[in-house]
Formats: sequence, structure tokens, C-alpha cells
Amino acid sequence: MSQRGKFALTLASLTRAMSGALTSEIVARRSGLLQSLDPRVRLAGLLMLVVAVTLSHRIVVVVALFAVAILLGLASHVSMAILAKRVWLTVLAFTGVIALPALFLTPGVAMFRTPEGFPSITSQGLIAATFLITRVETAVTLTTLLVLTTPWMHILKALRAFRVPQEAVMMLAMTHRYIFLLAETANQMFESRASRTVGVLDARQQRRVIARSAGVLLSKSIEFSNEVFLAMQSRGFRGDAKVLVDFRMQSSDYLALASCLVVAGSAVWLGRS
Amino acid sequence: MHIPDGYLSPSTCAVLYGGAGAGWYVSLRRMKRNLNVRMVPLISVFAAFSFVVMLFNLPLPGGTTGHALGVTIAAIVLGPAGAILATSLAVAIQALFFGDGGITTLGANCFNMAVVGSLVAYVVYRAISANAALASRRRVVAAAVAGYVAVNAAALLTAIQFGVQPLLFRDAQGVPLYAPYSLGVAVPAMMIGHLLIAGVAEAAISAGLVAYLQAADPALLRATSGLVHEASPMQPAPAGSLRRLWITVAFLMFLTPVGILAAGTAWGEWSASRFATAEGRARIAASSNHQPVPDKMPAGIERLATVWTAPIPAYAPAFIKSPHFGYFLSAAFGVGLLILLSFAAQAYVQRARPAGSGE
Repeated sequence: MSQRGKFALTLASLTRAMSGALTSEIVARRSGLLQSLDPRVRLAGLLMLVVAVTLSHRIVVVVALFAVAILLGLASHVSMAILAKRVWLTVLAFTGVIALPALFLTPGVAMFRTPEGFPSITSQGLIAATFLITRVETAVTLTTLLVLTTPWMHILKALRAFRVPQEAVMMLAMTHRYIFLLAETANQMFESRASRTVGVLDARQQRRVIARSAGVLLSKSIEFSNEVFLAMQSRGFRGDAKVLVDFRMQSSDYLALASCLVVAGSAVWLGRS
Repeated sequence: MHIPDGYLSPSTCAVLYGGAGAGWYVSLRRMKRNLNVRMVPLISVFAAFSFVVMLFNLPLPGGTTGHALGVTIAAIVLGPAGAILATSLAVAIQALFFGDGGITTLGANCFNMAVVGSLVAYVVYRAISANAALASRRRVVAAAVAGYVAVNAAALLTAIQFGVQPLLFRDAQGVPLYAPYSLGVAVPAMMIGHLLIAGVAEAAISAGLVAYLQAADPALLRATSGLVHEASPMQPAPAGSLRRLWITVAFLMFLTPVGILAAGTAWGEWSASRFATAEGRARIAASSNHQPVPDKMPAGIERLATVWTAPIPAYAPAFIKSPHFGYFLSAAFGVGLLILLSFAAQAYVQRARPAGSGE
């Protein structure tokens, strides 16, 4: 791959991260079932379902929870194409590759007769691979629904409501803001470097360029943190952060929370081995 | 290395949340105590920096590309506590905001990459770069080795967590319920990629960053260099914390008999005599997913069992009748021995350190 190709790869990673975040902001503004609920209910409810997915010992129960996730997505106007691209195909490609050898490596009863010396697919292996893929697909779909339908600041406020330490929430909020600023800065650095580069750099030179770019970014980050600190101090920051929690639970929120509790509880009960 | 939801059982996730939680608690306590509210934006910016650095694709020997974790440079600039927080923040945002890594497995990912990664990187960097000048080439080598070892330590832990799943969590038909591969498959599968690609990427970016900082901003390397006596922002104030540390150690020593309450035997820690009795073999089989246990002691164990005879076998000194008191006495003896060794090491380092190197 040429150096432009490799710079382009880094640029593409940076751009993909930013565009993914933009998609979330757009979906979170739509009106839908999940968007209408209190963020605390969304967080607690979807997490209960994720835990139920991991606790269930039956594939049919996990598939039923996957159907629930799809229904929630449709009711929240989340595009199935986004879910397919961001979750289902990605998870299938990643977990599928991991699960594939389990078909042959899991000890058990051979399903087909294979020629001498060739590994055979075992029924236990087939179930184990299917289990892993359906479980991961379902859990990641549910967490992606949370991410897609909830603005980041609301997730943070909801975390605070669940007694996550104030400092941690404050740092998460600041980190999230800086990521976009630093990604933008890194993007510009790589673009300008690529536009100035003539000829071909070998891999060693490319590593040096990237390490120096990372070094410049680090220096800028530290400088920037000092400026931010002075700005915070000038506004009266003394180590305590005030998070404004103005969420109000409606009757529909209580109903949704109870529904999640019933679905998750039933899934755990029915999914016992 | 970011484990998604569904690969680990809930109980494994809970244990690793506990491990990560201990790391977060200690780090936050240190930050609050020394802090310096200045560390809040510094750690946040560093977390953002780690996140962005993970997106950099680094060309590696062999024509492939890899990306770094950024945990090593965080440990070198911020120290272990700051690195644990910054890397955890980056991992949490990847999971909560970008869906990279699971939410039930967030504790596992933070434990592997942030807690263990930071501590290993810090210890290796300090050990190799001890007493070296800020501009020394040894610091660049130390950063590279620290990065390589830290990433591979985190990957090994991840592989072990995958590998124990089929041993511990199967249904009635013997079907693995979570990650399906045993340690024999999970460890090599995970380690090959990290030994050849991810570890090299972390080593290259860490060494490159330290070399850059030596030339451009050496002050950033000072906090964990061991060359300054004044406390760095993330280092604990020694006076009050030492007393609390002694109290904690004493409390933990009193708690050691709790270990007797645990049923069964620790897997893989069987003494040779366990193989000799039917009851011992039954216990080994019970803790090994009912795999067949050899009728007699394996020859290798028999040969090596007598190479070293512990002075206090099984934490039970021969002259003590009460097992609880035996445990407590063993704890006191072990702690005392470690304190003596650390005093000896400290005396040796102080004597070996050339005059003026600490300034």
C-alpha cells in the first residue's frame, strides 16, 4: 500500500468515527418510542435486556430478545440499514470468523460423515457457534439502540442518576468533547502532510511521520488542557461539578421500565438450562 | 482486544468489574487527594488523545498495519493512576458511544487494558529506564519494551478469560455457553496477532512518542522518571497515606483465615499427595469439568514435587494446631518477609545510585 493509501486509511478511520457520531445525533433527535422515554429508563431498561441476553442459556430465548430489539428499533425509527451495516454485518464478520472453527473444534457428536483425516462438524459445535453469534448480535443491537437513540449528554446525566461518581461523569463529558477536537486536528495534520508529500516513503519513514504526528498532537493536547483548566478556573471551578439533572419520570416511563423488567425477568427464567 | 457483550459469562463480567472497580477507586482516591483539580482536564484530554491515537494506522514490518492502545504513553506521562483513569475513559467512550466493546464486558476491557496494561507498562518502563537521564536512549527502548509487554499482558489476560469460559460454563449437553474455545486454542489464537502486530504497533508508537518528547517537551517525561524527589501530581503524599497503608495491610492480615471458607481446591494448584487418594482425585475431577484424572501421580509431578520443600506448607506451620491462627501467622510472616526484602532493595538502590542523579 502506498503512503497515501496508509495516510488515507488513518484519515478514513478518523472520518468514520466522526460520521458515526453524527449519525447517532441525527437518530437521537427523531421522535420514536425509545427517544420519548426518560434516558434513565432507556439506560436501565436496555441494560436489563443485555444482561438477560448474557444470562440466557437457550438460543430460542436469545432469538426472541433479538426480535424484541428489532421491534424497539422499528418503533424508534432507527433505520434497519444502519443496524445491518453498523451491527449485524460487522458482528457477523468478526464473531463469525471467531465462531467458525468452533464447528469443528468443539468435542461432540459428528453431524456428517467426512473422509478420513478431515474434521467433522459436531452438533455441539454448531449449537455453540450459533449461540455465540446470536448472543453477540442481540447484545450489540441493544447497546447500539441505546447509543443511537440517546444523546451523549443524556447518557452522562443518566449515569449520574445511577450514582456514578461525579468526577468520572465530568471527565467522560470532557473526553467526549476533546475527542472530536483532537480527531479534527489529527485529520488536518494528516491531510496537510499528505498534500506536502512527494515521492514514496518507506515503512520506517512512515512510522516516524506518524509517531511525530502523534507527538505533536500530544503536545497540543497538554497545552490545550492547561488552557481549558485556566478557563474552568476563571469560571469558578474548584473541583466540584454541578450536573443539572432535570429528568422527570412520566407514567409511560414507569410502564416501559416495568415492561423491560418483565421481559428481562421472563427471559432469564425461560432461559435457564 | 475489546471484548463485545456475549463472549463472557455474567459471573466473569462481575468479577472483572470488581477488579476494574478497585483500580478506578484507588486511582480516583489518589487523584482527589493530590489533585489538583488541574488533573481533571489533563486526564480527559489524555483519554481523548488515547482514543484518537487508537485510530492511527501504523505501517508495520511485513506490509501489514496495526494500531496502538496509547496506554503506555499515558502510563509514562501521567503515572499508573492517571493512565488507569485516562485509558478507562477512552475504553468507556468506545463502548458507550461508539459500540466498540460491550457494556457487560466494560469491566473486563478496562481491567485488561487500563488497569493491567497501565501497571505493566509503568513497572516495565521504570525498571528499564531506572536512573537514566531524561534524554537517554534507554528511555526510548524502555518505552518500546513496556508497550510491547503491556499489550501482550493485556491480550494474554483476555485470552485466559476467553479460555476459561468453556471449562466453567456449559449446558447439560456439554455445549459451551459463551466463548467456545479452551485455553489451548484461545491463548495461541489471541497471542499470535498481538505478539506480531498489536504489540509491535504499541512499541513503535510509544518509542516514537518518547523520542519526540525527549526532543520537544522533556518536562512531560519527568513525573515518572524517578529523577525528581518532589511529588508529581499523581503520586501520593507519603505521610498520611503510609499510616493508612499499614492499617489496611494489618486488616487484610486479620482477614486471611477467610480463605479457609472456600470450598474445594484451587484449580491447577493440586499437591502431589492429592493424586494418591481417591477423595483427592475425585476433587480434582470435580473442579476439572469431570475430565478423567490419572489413577496414579503423573511422573513429572512426582519428580518435581520434592525439588523444593516449603518451610510452611499449605499455610499451616506444623507446630500450630488452629488452622485460622496458622493462616494469620503465615500472612504475618509473608508480609514481614516482603517488608524486609523491600527495605533491602531500597538500601541497595540508594547505595547504587550515583550522587546527584536524583536531582
